[in-house]
Amino acid sequence: MNITLNGQPKMLNCIATLSELLEELALNPDTVVIELNTEIIQPDAYDTQTLNEADSLEIIQFVGGG
Amino acid sequence: MLRIAGTEFSSRLFLGTGKFSSSDVMAKAIEASDCQMVTVALRRVDLTNPEDDIMSTLAKREYTFLPNTSGARDAKEAIRLAHLARAASGTSWLKLEVTPDPRTLLPDPVETLKATETLVKDGFIVLPYMNADPILALKLQDVGAAAVMPLGSPIGTNQGVLTDSMIEIIIDQAKVPVVVDAGIGAPSHAAYAMEMGADAVLVNTAISVAGDPVAMARAFAQAVEAGRTAYVAGMGQRNKQASASSPEKGNLSADLGFLE
Repeated sequence: MNITLNGQPKMLNCIATLSELLEELALNPDTVVIELNTEIIQPDAYDTQTLNEADSLEIIQFVGGG
Repeated sequence: MLRIAGTEFSSRLFLGTGKFSSSDVMAKAIEASDCQMVTVALRRVDLTNPEDDIMSTLAKREYTFLPNTSGARDAKEAIRLAHLARAASGTSWLKLEVTPDPRTLLPDPVETLKATETLVKDGFIVLPYMNADPILALKLQDVGAAAVMPLGSPIGTNQGVLTDSMIEIIIDQAKVPVVVDAGIGAPSHAAYAMEMGADAVLVNTAISVAGDPVAMARAFAQAVEAGRTAYVAGMGQRNKQASASSPEKGNLSADLGFLE
């Protein structure tokens, strides 16, 4: 399955849900916020939210800034 | 005590968290500043090189987080970032920044007003970053901004409060707190803004790029406190003509008659 992740093309193998993707990317779900096709996904839905071909995903975090 | 949207702050210095050399220096500088409000930004996770989580560094103390919408070029982008910020932080506090031109980073007044109106209706506590325009400040206040944040000079320039005569009018008219943001490059600039009657100042670059950011944070805290105390004490009026500080009348001897 091919998706767009943070603006870059990404091929996913054997990954069905957001939780599985976060695990593969070694990201702590508590430190990020996720937009799937411009809709914010609530953390309690990460386990059930499935990914589909051509999805556009943004994984965002807080950084230092003024 | 400074009060914004029902929350009280004993410190009138807000700190930005950008451009620190390490998260350890940042945490120590924030602690040294005694500030209670810190700004943070949202960015895409760099998947090849994920950064440390800034929130866990800052979670050791109780700060009010003020996520910003830096990077937004129009109201639509700012609103999108605002919702992401609220989802990520659980707070409705928002420093609204709409800067279409990366060269000047000056705020777009029209888009800022539009976004403020929408975000206030969406339940955000909006503190818009704005040019030092007294009419715009009134309009932002009218649509529900919790405070207004006029710039002293462009972001990151350390040029100080170049907009002072306009900020004086904004302070004079405002019913909401006035936070002077951007361009404050030295503790004396911060003190000057506070002496004018600003309710608070927001400082980032001047502290984060200082030779010793922790000591500089302390210097800013002292300056903000001094400026505020001076404002409350009531400053003497400026006069064009000299007026002697020493008594003009005295009973000195004849050979010192010129002193009479």
